[in-house]
Amino acid sequence: MKFGVVVFPGSNCDHDCYHVLKHVLGQETEFVWHKDTGVEKFDCLVLPGGFSYGDYLRTGAIARFSPVMEAVVRHAEKGKLVIGICNGFQILLEAGLLPGAMLRNDSLHFVCKYVRVRVENSDTPFTGGVSRGEVLKIPVAHGEGNYYADARTLEDLNREKRVLLRYCDGKGRVTPEANPNGSCENIAGICSQERNVFGLMPHPERCSEKELGSEDGLKIFKSIIG
Amino acid sequence: MRARIHVTLKKSVLDPQGKAVQQALSVLGFREVRDVRVGKYIELELEEGDKLKAEERLREMSERLLANLVIEEYALEMDEEE
Repeated sequence: MKFGVVVFPGSNCDHDCYHVLKHVLGQETEFVWHKDTGVEKFDCLVLPGGFSYGDYLRTGAIARFSPVMEAVVRHAEKGKLVIGICNGFQILLEAGLLPGAMLRNDSLHFVCKYVRVRVENSDTPFTGGVSRGEVLKIPVAHGEGNYYADARTLEDLNREKRVLLRYCDGKGRVTPEANPNGSCENIAGICSQERNVFGLMPHPERCSEKELGSEDGLKIFKSIIG
Repeated sequence: MRARIHVTLKKSVLDPQGKAVQQALSVLGFREVRDVRVGKYIELELEEGDKLKAEERLREMSERLLANLVIEEYALEMDEEE
């Protein structure tokens, strides 16, 4: 598979994503500068974490108007894959490729720690290699990961089985205590109606090698590769 | 023309920052404060003399970029130059 890792000014997880895809998983991977618009050759585009444009105005609000984002939208419209991690998820929300918005964490603290997430639907290109109900150990690192959507949007997401990850405890129980940021219904990751665009706050690229304390991130990347 | 835009979280959206500020004020003895909403204040200078046209453009700016209508609302004010 051919991956393109988009680099915005202020991205800082771009090299981690590149490293995991290219060196750990042996996939053809290239960086895509945010001013480039030629993304036709890629099967999957990765919007990495970081602080694009310094998080000015709102997280992802300026990045979504980068030239590359029009290409990302066209890529998604063709049914090709897009995964947005952390700041990448925030950009997908601002761009309207996924519904909802991010608020400041309810604790007001930047949260940087390992959390557990439960896989809610394994019938997608991003979770195909994981069983439903499986608990993954993945780190989060964000100040604005408090996912918000109105009641109607949440109902649609649930009915269409588009919530792919929820924060949970070690036993897979979705509890308020396991929610690191106040997200509605413990939501950690959602996908588009067509299931080809996925946004998640946890960082799978930070837990894809044994040395880093967990390899659960690989389960997501390996699902994509198929 | 000068314009001022206030962006705040919608009433239906919990404002964790506002809550924290309210608690801090309460600790300082300002117990009469019932609710605090923290927002953004944006000042713009426009090269546009026509108030109606300016308002239309300002609404477009607010809705496309300055506010995220999923969680926020905005209020406009305009001053004509002397």
